[in-house]
Amino acid sequence: MLRYILNRVLLMIPTLLGAAVLVFVLMRLIPGDICVLRLASGGGMDQQVLANCRQEIGTDQPMLVQFLQFMKGLLTLDFGKSMWTGRPIIDEIGLRFQLSLQVAIMATITAILIAIPLGTISAVKQNTWIDYVVRGFSIAGVAMPSFWLGILIILGILITSKALFGSPWMPPIRYVPLWVDPFYNLSMLIWPALATGYRYSAVATRMTRSAMLEVLREDYVRTARAKGVYHKLIVRRHALRNALLPVVTILGIEFAFLMGGLVVTEQVFNLNGLGKLFVESVSNQDYNMTQALVMLVVAIFALTNLFIDILYGWLDPRIRYNR
Amino acid sequence: MKLRWKLALPMLAGLLAMPMWGAPSQAQAPKKGGILKYVVPDEPPSFDGHRETTFALIHPIAPFYSTLIRANPEDPNSPDYVCDVCTAMPKPADGGTSYTFKIRKDIKFHDGSPLTAKDVHASFQKIIFPAQGVSSARKAQFSMVESVTAPDDETVVFKLKYPSGAFIPALATPYNFIYSKAVLDKDQHWYEKNVMGSGPFVFESREAGAVVKGKRNPDYYHAGKPYLDGFEAIFAKTQTLRVQAIRGDQAAIEFRGFPPKARDDLVAALGKDITVQEMDWNCVLLVTPNSKKKPFDDKRVRRALTLAVDRWGGSKDLSKIAIVKAVGGVVFPGHALAAKKEELEKLAGYWPDINKSREEAKRLLKEAGVNDLKFTLANRGVDQPYTIVGTWLIDQWKQVGITVEQKVEATGPFYASLNAGNFDVTMDFNCQSIVNPLADTSKFLPTAGDQYGKFEDAELLKLYDAMNRTADEAEQRKIMRAYEKRVVDDEAYNHITLWWYRIIPHRSYMKGWKITPSHYLNQDLSVVWLDK
Repeated sequence: MLRYILNRVLLMIPTLLGAAVLVFVLMRLIPGDICVLRLASGGGMDQQVLANCRQEIGTDQPMLVQFLQFMKGLLTLDFGKSMWTGRPIIDEIGLRFQLSLQVAIMATITAILIAIPLGTISAVKQNTWIDYVVRGFSIAGVAMPSFWLGILIILGILITSKALFGSPWMPPIRYVPLWVDPFYNLSMLIWPALATGYRYSAVATRMTRSAMLEVLREDYVRTARAKGVYHKLIVRRHALRNALLPVVTILGIEFAFLMGGLVVTEQVFNLNGLGKLFVESVSNQDYNMTQALVMLVVAIFALTNLFIDILYGWLDPRIRYNR
Repeated sequence: MKLRWKLALPMLAGLLAMPMWGAPSQAQAPKKGGILKYVVPDEPPSFDGHRETTFALIHPIAPFYSTLIRANPEDPNSPDYVCDVCTAMPKPADGGTSYTFKIRKDIKFHDGSPLTAKDVHASFQKIIFPAQGVSSARKAQFSMVESVTAPDDETVVFKLKYPSGAFIPALATPYNFIYSKAVLDKDQHWYEKNVMGSGPFVFESREAGAVVKGKRNPDYYHAGKPYLDGFEAIFAKTQTLRVQAIRGDQAAIEFRGFPPKARDDLVAALGKDITVQEMDWNCVLLVTPNSKKKPFDDKRVRRALTLAVDRWGGSKDLSKIAIVKAVGGVVFPGHALAAKKEELEKLAGYWPDINKSREEAKRLLKEAGVNDLKFTLANRGVDQPYTIVGTWLIDQWKQVGITVEQKVEATGPFYASLNAGNFDVTMDFNCQSIVNPLADTSKFLPTAGDQYGKFEDAELLKLYDAMNRTADEAEQRKIMRAYEKRVVDDEAYNHITLWWYRIIPHRSYMKGWKITPSHYLNQDLSVVWLDK
């Protein structure tokens, strides 16, 4: 197993390098100049000011020099400074990373708590009213964008709180870390976690249901039934564990996506997360920031995939990586 | 004195027209304490007030800085300016070409160092005569200044090339932060990324993309102020969220302005807990054709574009959904120098009979040999009021057979395109702080840094110069009419659309803040307090 993990980690290196080259080239193919963007709204641009700006952020250097500097930074994990704000990238990303990570974890937990029980019940009670309700619930989750659900949640909270307490209340719009004020933190992040977790759970519920239906028709399940094993035990021990393999894959991919892909939901709840930073850095043509973010997301996807592979081995003992 | 009267009239008109809803603002003794939370729609590109032009800088950053003079924070619509770091408003000397300011001795920067005339001098030197490679957005406003000197630690002298009514209002611009000379001597760019002033609040922290926090300056030189313990300026890009934040009491106010629908929603939801302040806004959207590009190099085509637009009808409809209202010319409506309705109705695009106006537009297009005109309208990706007014204009132009496609871009790329001249016709704005038509109308000059029409016009420069040099109000008014006619009618370089209307609904417990015709003014928060 250790050897397998080591192999996978080593395989991540060419993946990261490929992504690095790709993002470096693609960013420079986008027409425009960050200095023009930075100085444009001031009304008229002094050529000397422009030249100083380009010198300051290094875009006056030949492309090869810029690439080598980027690669050097990548190897030493020093991504430099944001070309837009002038602050160290590690600080800028650090601020947002903890928020995005917390939302992703909370949304994943929400999704697991909804998807696995509902998907299993739906499969076990196939073609009953319970199955229809669960399927309706999950189809609604797939069809409903999480940002729209977010808006509905905020409005619902405002209306309900006014009806109950006489004045409307809204979740906080400024992030405070969990360890600083857990109540404040959770009262802000629980709502986006629910909004995204529901959509995320809808996909996983459908996957759990179809995987369970397939497994429940397997010979070994029929054998277990013939042996007189309790129905609950068959479902829990024999069927669910095997059915979880594709569900885990879905959950893993979604988790990695949530780390950088919650752009609109972040706007709805005013979350200062990685998704918002991603969009801003691309529109500001902040090469350094975009490159660092792409590398971060690639690393998250690679590590999540590795974690899923390890989890496969635990869920299905037949899967062994060291043979 | 004349200047005071010129300003007094529109201010008075504004005050009379200003509806105040919700809780009555009776004179109450301000209470000390509390943290004011407010929402800001955007983040500033840098922290340097001398370089930036956006309200996104003023709202979170102005409370940290002092200025030489300012609009009276206790009565911001008063025509008089008051001293901030100076001791008394000076009387002009040498025939109006010299102003001597005495600087207070009790002011300290937030790092503990004393603020002297040398700091004021260094700050205005940076604004008016920036060193090579240093960007100053308001350099052009001080074209009348010959020199700035600080003969001692308490005196700053401004020498002018000629007497100008635009000088004092230009000094009072809220972006003219007083920086430390010691810091500027080391690095002229330091203030782009750092904050250190002498204002009512001390910079506490900033989380990029999220919040700027300030705490009370215990050494503030205006006795007893500020009243607040601190503030949190929370960045929130979407308007819906900002409205809900006020509704749900996560913020007390947004200082830029909301459309009528948001006001109505908040009033319906909060009743007496919301107070609304409204007034005309010294801000207007312009349409600027690229005069270097065919067919917009032909003034007949430019005139046709403005003749097609029904401003009087648009005002009635758009004011229900957008932050625009008044029909006006190049000068803030209601000001003594502004065109009266009967004067406006003689200008292209303001005719009372829109059908006649559109027939003339069609005739001009035909005469210019332009059939089936199609172009792209460049617009800024800000819905209020840019894209709403842009969409309305497309419909107006369609009435005379012009097909227009709207290209909406984020602020950065939008201005990059304008600076490069890569557009057919663009939306632009003229938003100013202190109502000062002599300075405000410099935007329409071919030499203005933010004039994107790319035209040359010596006659226009001559008119502007003459208007600035005369102290006679009647003469100024006469020249202003000629200047306006040339800009919006004869040459149609810039088309005025509708003037903005500022609607500020805020939590009734927030007191002390008064609306002004500009979202740049009166933002140091020194007189704001919370009645909680």
